[in-house]
Amino acid sequence: MKYLQLVWAALARRKTRTVLTILSVLVAFLLFGLLDGVRAAFNAGGTLAGVDRMVVSSRFSIIQPLPESLVARVRATPGVRRTTWANWFGGYYREPKNQLIIFAVAPGYFDVYPDYGVGKPMLEAFERTRTGVLVGASLAKRFGWKVGDKLPVMGSIFPNKATGETTWQFDIVGIYTAPSAKSRALEQQVLLHWKYFDEANAYGSGDVGWIIVQVADPQRSAEVAQAIDALSANSDHETKTQTEQEFNLSFAKQVGDIGLIVTAIIGAVFFTLMLLTGNTMAQAVRERIPELATLKTLGFTDRGVLGLVFLESVLLIVTGGTLGLVLASILTPIVSAASGGMLELPPIGLASWLTGFALMVAVGAIVGVLPALRAKRLRIVDALAGR
Amino acid sequence: MTAIANVLRQLLLWTLIGASLALWVFAPAPLLLGCAALIALWMAATRTGRQAAAVAWVAILTLPQRLGASSVIVIGIAGVVGVLTALLALGGGLAATLRGTGNEDTAIVLRGGASAELDSGVSREDASLILQAPGIGRDADGRALGSAEVVVVTNVRKKATGTDANVEIRGVGPQMWAVRPNVQIIEGRAFKPGLRELIVGRGARAQFAGLEPGATIELNSQQWQVVGVFQSGDAHESELEGDAETVASTYRRNGFQSVTVRLAAPRSFDTFKAALKSDPRLKVDARTTRDYYGAQSEQLSKVIRIVGLVIAAIMGVGAVFGALNTMYAAVTARAREVATLRAIGFGPVPVLVSVVLEAMLLALLGGALGAAIAWLLFHDYAVSTLGANFSQVVFRFDVSPALIGTGVRWALAIGLIGGLAPALRAARLPVTAALRES
Repeated sequence: MKYLQLVWAALARRKTRTVLTILSVLVAFLLFGLLDGVRAAFNAGGTLAGVDRMVVSSRFSIIQPLPESLVARVRATPGVRRTTWANWFGGYYREPKNQLIIFAVAPGYFDVYPDYGVGKPMLEAFERTRTGVLVGASLAKRFGWKVGDKLPVMGSIFPNKATGETTWQFDIVGIYTAPSAKSRALEQQVLLHWKYFDEANAYGSGDVGWIIVQVADPQRSAEVAQAIDALSANSDHETKTQTEQEFNLSFAKQVGDIGLIVTAIIGAVFFTLMLLTGNTMAQAVRERIPELATLKTLGFTDRGVLGLVFLESVLLIVTGGTLGLVLASILTPIVSAASGGMLELPPIGLASWLTGFALMVAVGAIVGVLPALRAKRLRIVDALAGR
Repeated sequence: MTAIANVLRQLLLWTLIGASLALWVFAPAPLLLGCAALIALWMAATRTGRQAAAVAWVAILTLPQRLGASSVIVIGIAGVVGVLTALLALGGGLAATLRGTGNEDTAIVLRGGASAELDSGVSREDASLILQAPGIGRDADGRALGSAEVVVVTNVRKKATGTDANVEIRGVGPQMWAVRPNVQIIEGRAFKPGLRELIVGRGARAQFAGLEPGATIELNSQQWQVVGVFQSGDAHESELEGDAETVASTYRRNGFQSVTVRLAAPRSFDTFKAALKSDPRLKVDARTTRDYYGAQSEQLSKVIRIVGLVIAAIMGVGAVFGALNTMYAAVTARAREVATLRAIGFGPVPVLVSVVLEAMLLALLGGALGAAIAWLLFHDYAVSTLGANFSQVVFRFDVSPALIGTGVRWALAIGLIGGLAPALRAARLPVTAALRES
């Protein structure tokens, strides 16, 4: 630690260069911070996937409904703690570009999904109103909705039985706030009563989009999934039961291999970064050859000089990288807020910080190794003579 | 006084940079070429210009001595331009495929308010009313050139990820071949109406597993056979197509999702639309297919475009720092040489121009390298994503010449910003001090 000052002095030797290098490292890690969360969220099947939840859907396609009668049989399967179900409703608000994520949800939905942060009073208000809907806080803010407002929804797949039109009128009875930053994406949804949906849509009743199962013991979820799928084997509504994580992941993968794209971009960024800082370090050592020789004359060992240069390189990258990640964690919520919920950047988690630090040390080490070796191999006489 | 002058100089510098950036991004190519020609003319015709050319030439000749440092600019900018070009080519390819699917000669009718076929429903009665409307083209026997279509989605394994993906099954009417003459069988044969047979689009066959001709796939517990492969050069290549009635019966549907018609002439669209609107029995919207697919491409490719630009802009900032670093080092390394030139009568402007030119030349190299890498790796590479119909759209990266042009502009802009400040330092180098420095 006592040599830290010496290392700082070396870095301060050419301030412009050090500052510029730190800035480019900062930019690289800023990008890493912003993108790694996205990658992690996509690869983990969303930040929200509950470990004890499984999704039962049609084996053939998510658009094929399941019969309501299946729910009771699923619930009776050993190892199942709770069940609930939901349907896609869809539609837009005022203009087709304002597409809404609307689900019709069954009773008990919020017991299985505490992540919505729907409390008891709100739930009671919801249950009292047949045409009531709950909306997420970010969505409500984006469109300026308040509790008590009427919410007209157009362009749903389902025509209203009473009017024959695809325009529906709902009453906003509650605005929920997700309790944790991880589940903030849920605030983009609108939830209505499955029962009302089932009675009022013209396409017939008793259709369930997918069933959500909470298992008693996540360790045994594979067995439970098999037992559930066996219920409908060889019927006309065969099911596929997946953990919520697998279910979300399969959707994320349909969008594209985001993980691969992000990894490729980060790879390109770091390749460039290594070249840049590697060149800076080589330059820095080349310029200081007489000084390093002087250090050796004063009694610094070969290994000591190697350590100094190595430390300098790692310190340079870690400083820039830490600043970059800090900036990314400041920017993430700002960008998410400024986009009005259109773009939810996941907050920078512990995993990203750890990967980030590992990357910083690794890049610093790779970049530092050649200049450090050069410094180590210096022969005092030659170096002082300028040979 | 000097402090104020300094501030003013800085202000002028950044205004200049801002203005040139705006010029670069928005100016049409001929204007840029004109500027380049003017600079070349200046170099050939005036004394200062000739001096600048001479100094720049010396700088370029000594580049090999600064190979390591110079490659930082080249590779740094290649990274930015490569990522930018690849991401824009992704968005551009998607937009081109969807836009190419629509035209002014055909119109699609969906239920009122529906924004995609999967949100729509058109009953049997409505479909026959629609096909009787005026403005639709008719074949020799007087039948309307229209296809009432069922659109469903089924799970098929995607080769790239090994997981299930939503693939669109389109049940089409007997007149489909006349409505979409670009659909051509390139392998096997067409499906026979009434049989559980499908033809697979070229793109779908390449992206998804188990769709080879002769293969059997399960649709809603029933066995269907793939009998042929078709190409259409547009988004329909991402689908499987079969007979509408048979698909509908497999999915126990009684009705359609959309009706696509070939118009008698592009201008008869208004007649057609007005006729549907005035019929009180119908609650449907008609749009030209160009309008319909254009709107889809807008939504999807806009996101990719914005993401691409933001990422490239952040990377670009990093590359500017790298370029600044390199050019400052280059100026420092050449300090004595520059001072000597100044001592024997060269003005500050040629020195400034030479440094900027050197940076921009390196940037141009980097830009070309980045665009070339993007082209080699990605051009025509097929990928698929989730489209408006909640199903996969297969498309290809499109590294177009226009995109390469954009990439090169970005490269030159980065080179300019990275070169300008070091160039000013070189031009203002105190001659005596620099000569004395070892």
